[in-house]
Amino acid sequence: MSENLIATTAIKARQLSEEEIKEIEHELELYPDKQAVGLEALKIVQKHQGWVSDESLLAISKYLDLPVADLESVATFFNLVYRQPVGKNVILFCNSVSCWIMGCDEMRTHINDKLGVDFGGTTEDGRFTFLPVPCLGDCDRAPVMMVGDDLHRNLTPEKINQIISDYQGKA
Amino acid sequence: MVTKPLTKNIDMSRPPLDINAYEANDGYQSIKAIAAGLSPGDVLQVVKDSGLKGRGGAGFPTGLKWSFVPQGDNAPKQKYFVVNADEMEPGTFKDRLLMEGDPHLLLEGMILGSYTIQASVAYIFLRGEYKASENTLRQAISEAYDKGYLGKNILNTGFDLDIILHTSAGRYICGEETALLNALEGKRANPRAKPPFPQVSGLWGKPTIVNNVETVCNLPGILTYGVDWYHGLTEGIDHGTKLFGISGRVKTPGCWELPLGVTIREVIEKYGGGMREGYGLRAFLPGGGSTDFMLPEHLDLPFDYDEIAKVGSRLATGTMILLDDKTCPVGMIGNLMKFFAHESCGFCTPCRDGLPWVDEIFNEFESGRGSEKDLQILHEHVDYLGPGRTFCALAPGATAPLGSGLRIFAEDFHRHIKEKRCPYKH
Repeated sequence: MSENLIATTAIKARQLSEEEIKEIEHELELYPDKQAVGLEALKIVQKHQGWVSDESLLAISKYLDLPVADLESVATFFNLVYRQPVGKNVILFCNSVSCWIMGCDEMRTHINDKLGVDFGGTTEDGRFTFLPVPCLGDCDRAPVMMVGDDLHRNLTPEKINQIISDYQGKA
Repeated sequence: MVTKPLTKNIDMSRPPLDINAYEANDGYQSIKAIAAGLSPGDVLQVVKDSGLKGRGGAGFPTGLKWSFVPQGDNAPKQKYFVVNADEMEPGTFKDRLLMEGDPHLLLEGMILGSYTIQASVAYIFLRGEYKASENTLRQAISEAYDKGYLGKNILNTGFDLDIILHTSAGRYICGEETALLNALEGKRANPRAKPPFPQVSGLWGKPTIVNNVETVCNLPGILTYGVDWYHGLTEGIDHGTKLFGISGRVKTPGCWELPLGVTIREVIEKYGGGMREGYGLRAFLPGGGSTDFMLPEHLDLPFDYDEIAKVGSRLATGTMILLDDKTCPVGMIGNLMKFFAHESCGFCTPCRDGLPWVDEIFNEFESGRGSEKDLQILHEHVDYLGPGRTFCALAPGATAPLGSGLRIFAEDFHRHIKEKRCPYKH
């Protein structure tokens, strides 16, 4: 049986939205058991809520009848499941070998100066969270980074200024 | 004659071919051949005869791998075919090209592979960050269902197949095939003990084949144009074409489909345009972050599996990372160690504890506090983390650039100690 309450903190499962349930139900059709849908459900909730809170984790656990500990062990394993609130746009900054050779350290410093946050930080206005990510697989156009779902290549300080101001311009 | 079976439809300046355009260029011919009577045993024999080797890194013969799957009336009814599209090897960007450039080629290969082992469900295990690949694949899958290449009773063959796109959430270890299976089952992605091998007991305990994207993309060409054609693509001992890539300070970095056996020099000088003005080639990793360093003296070697193995490295993914003479080799290896330390799944001790220790020592070197004792510890870790010491190949992969780097760049390590700083920083 799954828990829907963390006894020590009295945190309770929240109610999943209709949209979230619909999407989770769709995933359930694609796999032979509920456990396989755990990560999908985490991603669905994150898409709607921005991150995976304890309340959300408990809700998924309850809905899929999976032990909270098992679900948490999956949630904390993956780089792209956020167990803390993140900004509106997550910057996934590649700092693996090809980008490093092509000067990503300078770009990191530039973003740090520009936004006032380094890896792991969220800007005060909540617009950006700045995170490192392992090799993004676009090494012939290094250095690269993603902002949200969009990939930005051949980064230069000028290009970064442009990208950031484009996102700042968005509502 | 088709000379670039993997990329003949790819032009990244436009969207990938839709199913009609793909069919018009010999697409899905191999599925029609199945409808005309080609049996699973026939396909298996053709793939065996082709000599195709896995393009994900290990280079294991594909036909042989498939032949371990139980067949016949006593075989389990449910089997699975899984495509490893979790491309995350540092410096590797070839599968992305195939999925974004020609997604139907991958689907056709998946239908062939699934038919051969008689799997009725196939999963694509796609890296979560590959959003563009996700979009092109979803579109292509939907087109293939509409045309009857997927679903029930494909082209009246009696064969059913569903392809399901699974998007992951970013962990390098998921590229290890047994960790990938755990991830697909919704578990923490630790690798599994082998045996049993996935071919016998894989996804949900059922016989499962896991093949890399590029491997699967080789299949339609082999079945459509034949084994003789496939063998005619190369002059050396390995068969078929391969995607070769270059990142680093060359004039035109990129990814190209070339025959296996092309010389490394040709790839770097002709396709990569040679080194940029002011930079010399110091060394290179031939096939991603977990291969041994090779040197300019190896440039005239043919790029095939055995020749690269002879000089102690691996062809692996075929995407080279070039180290130039103005970049610190110690820093480069340190960057790789940080990656491997971060991506260790934490399941077995040498990897979980050893790699962060190695990473920490590289930080010391970087900040000018490295010592002879540290260097000794690094050497010891090449053994502690080596093949046979750990549960899977992640840590041994990390020792490839570490061990070869310590040997080749010994002078650079000593200079860091002696000068108490990184000599490449001005």
